[in-house]
Amino acid sequence: MSPWRKGEYVVAALFLAPGLIWFWTFALYPLLYAFWMSLHEWRIRGTSEFIGLANYARVFQDPVNLIALRNTVVYALISIPGQMILGLAIALLLAKATRGKVVLRLIYYLPVICSWVVVSLIFMFLFNSEGLINRFFGESLGWVDPNTAWLNDAATALPVIALLGIWKGVGWVMIIYLAALQGVPKELTEAARIDGASGFQVARFVTIPLLAPATLFILVLLTIGAFQSFIQFYIMTGGGPFHSTEVFLSYMYNQAFNFLDFGYASAIAWVLAGLILLISVIQFRFIRQTYSY
Amino acid sequence: MVSRALLKRILIYAALIIGALVMMIPFLYTVSTALKPNAFVFTADFFPDRPTAQNFVDAWGSNNFKRYFLNSLKVAIITTFFTVAIAATQAYAFARMRFPGKDLLFYMYLIAMMIPAMLMIIPQFLEARTMGLLNTHLGLIVFYVVGSIPFQTFFLRGFFEAIPNELLEASYIDGANRFTAFARIAVPLAGPGLGTAAIFAFLASWDEFTWALTIINDSGLRTLPIALRLFQAQHGTQWGLVFAASLIAIVPVVIVFVAFQNVFVKGISTGGIKG
Repeated sequence: MSPWRKGEYVVAALFLAPGLIWFWTFALYPLLYAFWMSLHEWRIRGTSEFIGLANYARVFQDPVNLIALRNTVVYALISIPGQMILGLAIALLLAKATRGKVVLRLIYYLPVICSWVVVSLIFMFLFNSEGLINRFFGESLGWVDPNTAWLNDAATALPVIALLGIWKGVGWVMIIYLAALQGVPKELTEAARIDGASGFQVARFVTIPLLAPATLFILVLLTIGAFQSFIQFYIMTGGGPFHSTEVFLSYMYNQAFNFLDFGYASAIAWVLAGLILLISVIQFRFIRQTYSY
Repeated sequence: MVSRALLKRILIYAALIIGALVMMIPFLYTVSTALKPNAFVFTADFFPDRPTAQNFVDAWGSNNFKRYFLNSLKVAIITTFFTVAIAATQAYAFARMRFPGKDLLFYMYLIAMMIPAMLMIIPQFLEARTMGLLNTHLGLIVFYVVGSIPFQTFFLRGFFEAIPNELLEASYIDGANRFTAFARIAVPLAGPGLGTAAIFAFLASWDEFTWALTIINDSGLRTLPIALRLFQAQHGTQWGLVFAASLIAIVPVVIVFVAFQNVFVKGISTGGIKG
């Protein structure tokens, strides 16, 4: 034992105090306060009225929240598998590459480090009715109507925003898988090769099962991210036309800062937090069972 | 005859390079648009006939752009410093010390990582208003740091746990106390982790949009993401100008990432999650 035993708690407290006080003041207190607000008909001026769970009842009755749920699920179902499959494929290929690794990794990672504002603007421009997509796939190839207004129609806006999600996130998935691949013992893949397995079989039966913890980590974080997506929707469509691309946080932000309905907005946020927690727990259980390691 | 191994290498590289080109198309188009005179933005070909740097000159010189750039830089640097300092001391305590309630406090951070930051935005806004932090860079910094604390503490704990006990014990025998052991032994050994944490913190602050949109009204105090968004809303037809500004905004991010790429990749692969 170190000779510091007696003063250990004091030292630990000194190391922890700045962060804990900061966190409690500016995160934990607001978090609890958000719950308190969600129980009120909140007024910026004057006294707020306690209305119990009425805001929560409203969350479940408001049809816009149902649209937001549907849109979020569609966004998640397109963007998450897209990011994971492509990210894994790139990582497996890149792990085999010897030259140019650094440059290729940078190119795939570049969208991850660009701000959502910048990449949203870029995709707005690409899918502008006069943009590159219409010019190439419309005028040159004739695959789509060259006047398609991609972001003005919910049927196309949502997939376009999900495509942006894939493009921006695939590099992040790749880098996590590359990190995880370093933990896969070479002896195992080599033994499989000697036993006559093809490269694909090694990936399918040896490498990918060993990457299960990374897969779980990625899946949970991407799901949390998908349910929290806001900026790309706020910039590219603003939730419109007529709420058709609304997601929970764009609706919540509008309720709070345009209609100043802070109580209702807080209730939406808490329901969303509950939803995210629930989905994360289900994913943990499901994957634990599937791989039972 | 081409050997199977060589053929396989060619296929792997072909797939990687085609993928990389597809990834680059949005950026290449952005660059080419920024190099076009405004009248040719939609009419000209993918690559500009007569490239011009005028958009970059105009963007840098217009609408206080320099000021927004420096605002972002100032906020990001101060945020990075406090985030890393606070996360490192906390992570060290969680990794290396024993005290009551340790697990409980750590679970608090794990749960905080799952809760959407937007859940807190309304009460944080009211809190910032009460404290006079609306419309200030301090208001940005204080809340950017708190937003990063749970993840960064979790991330850095792994690096401090990996330090062999003997090294710390030896420093105690040499007369070091807990603070000097932390500063002289632990911090240098956790270098890649701290570097990665610093990059995360810098990028998060540099790119942050929603909170800045919410609390900054004064046009002179805007950060780049807000300025770019408003820039696009005002000059939506002048895409060349908008993208010149966007590309200038990306430059520091790319510099930070390229310069510290090795540290960053090493940091991700040794800490945080292990496959």
